[in-house]
Amino acid sequence: MADSLLSLMTFFPLLGMLFVLFIPKDNDGLLKGFTLVVTLITFVISLPLAFNDVFATSGGMHYREFAEWINIGGFFQMNYNLGVDGISLWLVMLTTFIMPIAVLSTWKAVEKNTKGFMALLLLLETGMLGAFVSLDLFLFYIFWELMLIPMYFLIGIWGGKNRIYAAVKFFIYTAVGSLLMLVAIIFVYYYAVQSGADINGFGIQEFYKLDLPYNAQYWLFLAFGFSFAIKVPMFPLHTWLPDAHTEAPTAGSVILAAVLLKMGTYGYVRFAMPLFPDALQTFIPLLATLCVIGIIYGSLVAMMQEDVKKLVAYSSVAHLGFVMLGVFAMNMQGMAGGMLQMINHGVSTGALFLIVGFIYERRHTRLITEFGGLAHKMPVFATIFMIVTLSSIGLPGTNGFVGEFLALMGAFESGLRWYAVIATSGVIFAAVYMLWMYQRVMLGTVTNPANENLKDLNAREIVLMLPLLLFVFWIGVYPNTFFRKMNPALEQMLTQMGHKPAIVEVHNPVAAPAAHATEHAPAGHGHN
Amino acid sequence: MISVHHYLLLSAILFSIGTLGVLTRKNAIVIFMCIEVMLNSVNLTFIALSKHVGNMDGQIFVFFVMTVAAAEAAVGLALMIAFFKNKESIEVDDFNMLKW
Amino acid sequence: MYSNLWLIPFFPLVGSIINGLFGKKIKNEKIIGGLATLMMFLSFLVATQNFLRLMGDNVKTHQVVIASWISVGNLQIDWGFLLDPLSAVMIMVVTGVGTLIHLYSIGYMHGEYSFYRFFCYLNLFAFAMLMLVLGGNALVMFIGWEGVGLCSYLLIGYYFEKKSASDAGKKAFVVNRIGDFGFLCGLFTLFWALGSKGVWTINFVEIAENAHLLETGGVVVTAVTLCFFLGATGKSAQIPLYTWLPDAMEGPTPVSALIHAATMVTAGVYMIGRMNVLFAMSPTTMMTVATVGGLTAFFAATIGFAQNDIKRVLAYSTVSQLGYMFLAMGVGAFSAGIFHLMTHAFFKACLFLGSGSVIHGLHHAYHHAHNHHDDPQDMRNMGGLRKKMPITFITFFVSTLAICGVPLFSGFFSKDEILWWAFGSTRGHWFLWAMGAVAAGMTAFYMFRLVFMTFFGEQKTDPKAKDHIPESPLTITIPLMVLGLLAVIGGYIGVPKILGGSNRFEHWLAPVFEHTQHHFEIHAHGSHATEYMMMGISVGIAAFGILLAWTMYVKNPDMPAKFTAKFPALYKAVFNKWYIDELYDFLFVNPCKKIGTFLWRGFDVKVVDGVVNGVAWVVKGVGSGLKYTQSGYLHNYAVAMVIGVVVIVGYYVFG
Repeated sequence: MADSLLSLMTFFPLLGMLFVLFIPKDNDGLLKGFTLVVTLITFVISLPLAFNDVFATSGGMHYREFAEWINIGGFFQMNYNLGVDGISLWLVMLTTFIMPIAVLSTWKAVEKNTKGFMALLLLLETGMLGAFVSLDLFLFYIFWELMLIPMYFLIGIWGGKNRIYAAVKFFIYTAVGSLLMLVAIIFVYYYAVQSGADINGFGIQEFYKLDLPYNAQYWLFLAFGFSFAIKVPMFPLHTWLPDAHTEAPTAGSVILAAVLLKMGTYGYVRFAMPLFPDALQTFIPLLATLCVIGIIYGSLVAMMQEDVKKLVAYSSVAHLGFVMLGVFAMNMQGMAGGMLQMINHGVSTGALFLIVGFIYERRHTRLITEFGGLAHKMPVFATIFMIVTLSSIGLPGTNGFVGEFLALMGAFESGLRWYAVIATSGVIFAAVYMLWMYQRVMLGTVTNPANENLKDLNAREIVLMLPLLLFVFWIGVYPNTFFRKMNPALEQMLTQMGHKPAIVEVHNPVAAPAAHATEHAPAGHGHN
Repeated sequence: MISVHHYLLLSAILFSIGTLGVLTRKNAIVIFMCIEVMLNSVNLTFIALSKHVGNMDGQIFVFFVMTVAAAEAAVGLALMIAFFKNKESIEVDDFNMLKW
Repeated sequence: MYSNLWLIPFFPLVGSIINGLFGKKIKNEKIIGGLATLMMFLSFLVATQNFLRLMGDNVKTHQVVIASWISVGNLQIDWGFLLDPLSAVMIMVVTGVGTLIHLYSIGYMHGEYSFYRFFCYLNLFAFAMLMLVLGGNALVMFIGWEGVGLCSYLLIGYYFEKKSASDAGKKAFVVNRIGDFGFLCGLFTLFWALGSKGVWTINFVEIAENAHLLETGGVVVTAVTLCFFLGATGKSAQIPLYTWLPDAMEGPTPVSALIHAATMVTAGVYMIGRMNVLFAMSPTTMMTVATVGGLTAFFAATIGFAQNDIKRVLAYSTVSQLGYMFLAMGVGAFSAGIFHLMTHAFFKACLFLGSGSVIHGLHHAYHHAHNHHDDPQDMRNMGGLRKKMPITFITFFVSTLAICGVPLFSGFFSKDEILWWAFGSTRGHWFLWAMGAVAAGMTAFYMFRLVFMTFFGEQKTDPKAKDHIPESPLTITIPLMVLGLLAVIGGYIGVPKILGGSNRFEHWLAPVFEHTQHHFEIHAHGSHATEYMMMGISVGIAAFGILLAWTMYVKNPDMPAKFTAKFPALYKAVFNKWYIDELYDFLFVNPCKKIGTFLWRGFDVKVVDGVVNGVAWVVKGVGSGLKYTQSGYLHNYAVAMVIGVVVIVGYYVFG
């Protein structure tokens, strides 16, 4: 079974979806229960990954699966090529972990056409897992697009008032990026074929070894980078996010924030950066600038939001800025911090969206001004909300801190020192907008009579939040569980990027990595 | 002696008649018959050239075309019945719902 | 040998978790409060044990590593603790004063809504504070550093239904965060600077050992220390980040005593002491620290003149006293600064608890008289309480003497040492001394103004209520008495040589500061005569302040009114705290809000999203123009197709 664990995990939800289609559509309880069971089983299937120590010792791909799929002579070949390493491991785990929670959150929230909702959720899970474990660029692309469609319907059918606009915007925005990426993928493939390189379909591991000329890298990086930057989203390509988040149903928002956004950052780490390392050097200053702008801008805009969900959405823009800044630092601390911050963002922001969902279910509004004094009526909720808020702010001892700290530290040790300083000021703004929101929603006296009879969280809602809270503290107190298995893969990736001949010196002597190395040794290569 | 040119000429004439018919007639059934004429003109070309070149591929293609034409006839006539049920007419000018 | 060190922060954490999770079910105040106090006391016992052990030990620096925390690349961070004389003093102060204040809180918070929440937070605070002082590396310290900020936020906002309280909490957190920004920047720079010399570490011991790799007085070390100092100004309420502390008085009084007087706010001082090697390497930073400290000591004292809220006066006094400690640190008098930190913890905690006792009494009386409009914290409603609350009065008075630097009380020894160093050290300056000395006089004035207004004179309390003012219960008075006693005798462990002592305190801390002390010597002209003279002057100034207060508030009670009538603008400015809050609102808060609104409504929606929607709009426009080619008529399509075929075939045939 271990040979085909990834396939089983990836396609189990799809199988489940087929069964869902045969459940009578008015049997709400069965539909939800069945979907929950399917997602739980998927989680259980994925558990051996998390417990396997091989990731701590070897940075390569494990659980490989390989089969030829489409083969048209020497003209076009793509393979069914799966594998997981320390970089994708935790993202896979995050996905399988967050799905049951998302399903559980729909218990009361989704009442119309439950069958379709559940089927789409499962389809979405297959898409997400497939994208994380694909080692073939073409296969990745298929899964990447596969995620888009269920999410489009989740927003467009079960969303809020302005759902059609948001869904279409989400779809088209992302699709535009993907198509550019598709062109780039095809280009890379034919370049490899023509140059006679030793390739294996669209297998990325073989692509890593390609020596693409700088000019080609430049344009290819633009295409990949653009596509992933939309998904991240990086400033100024972020405007689909607040719309999509506000309109999406709670489960959709949770998955969107926790997993779909990670596709963009993961795409950078797995594809855009190692495939085009020379072009990357050219773009790092630009990208880092966008990250920093994103952090400050996202925070400032979040501060003034009137809708809680929009506030969280804009805070995502800021958080993802930290992630990307860490990743672009290109050293161990930065990369590990960025990767961990991806998980953290999934946990914390996922939890925040659930929280917003709780009050939305009760009051059917998300305007901050409608609330106030909720802490009196809902003490348990207030406590959980506080913890999640603090985790989002990045308080030491919670998960947010470790990721943010390492990302910033990594950026500081690399050539991005001043960017890191400005980005660090983002921690101030984070406190401002989150605490201000918390104050206006939870503290004070109950002024709005509609809030008088609010019920505190019920058992299901608490159970829903507990696993997330567990990880808030676990990652905060003992992140080594995660780093241990992440480090070898990151080290391997860094060396691999470092091994590329420094063509960049010819084109852009200013950003030459060699010059940095002597001046202030990038932290990742110090004395490992 | 009838050479391949004669066949091709006949085929061209039939094709043009078919095309003109498609463009000018309003009755859907007539248009449909015109299309059949065009298809058969092509079939004629295939056979003629196949014989001329001495390669059987063309004749095989004719079978394909005939199969497709048969299928097309079935689907097309079914469509027309459906239209007729709706509009009590099979004049193509009455079917302009497929626009902006 | 010191492996049970982790128990010190662990006990309060356990208490906090138990009370937080089950406090609501327990309900019984005695069990909740008792548990929290017991946990603090256990922690105090372990601290004492370790302290005694360290006293008998020749090796004075011990590191205890519990587990690895973060290990990524060349960054290895442990859950590690550091016990040396400095942290030993701190844990004694924190657990000792902490236990007393926990005990006090049982009486003070009696009957409060969600009693358990208070003790949960208070224990959590103790945990964070102990992590801060015991942290063996900068990041464990930072856990405590932010943790105390969080608890401060939670406790200030304990009465969260009051907007002013939740505002104050938020302000405290955010202002602290500005400091934390500095701390982080300093940490990053330090890690990088040492790393580029080949030592990747944030462990305090290793930092101290390798600090010599950095250039003394260089840009890097100055930048690092200035960043850390920014962190210290945030946490310890120094100019320019002091504004949160007076507002923090919205919290319950025990909180003010523990967090905003005795422990948390001294974290900045402690941090400088912890990193003294680095700070000593940068004269610029030392000068900045001393100047900021001196200015704060002076500036905060001026505001203390005109406040009527008893706790606010004490708050400004805290800011001012913290200024003293920074002054000490800045002139290289590290052990004097820590000494003052300790004595201040005793007398200021006692003062706050005393004021709490007064408030508690008045609150009780007002409650009895059904008076809900008078503010039990306003000193104008007090007076003559000396007889009603004798224990409170005595302890309060003793502590006031200590804070004013009256000879033989603890504050005298520590304050005098600081002033002497400010004057005589190689980094000292007469101006620094002058600021400190004047501030000492002002302290004496406003503290006695407070005592006179509260405990002396005629009773101005609501007549209906004034006969119902009780002396506080034992849980409140016992801590007062213990702290009052410490306020008297606490100074005798650090009696300077000139007064016949051996300054055991300085001796005790010597291992921590030995690497840096050679940077700072007392000038050659610092002879005994000068030292006596300086001492005399500062005592004289204090005496003058006390006398002035007596004249104005006891002898001629109408004098203050006359005075304010004569200088209304000055009074108004001081009363309104020099309008600093308004200035900050104007300079930072409002622009931020405006920029935020602009970026959202103006930029994000109109420009960024405008471009996105604009693209969609253009595509839509083009489409709606072209759609008319779709006529729906079969013939049109057929003709188009034929033309197309003719054109393409024609192109290839004839082209």
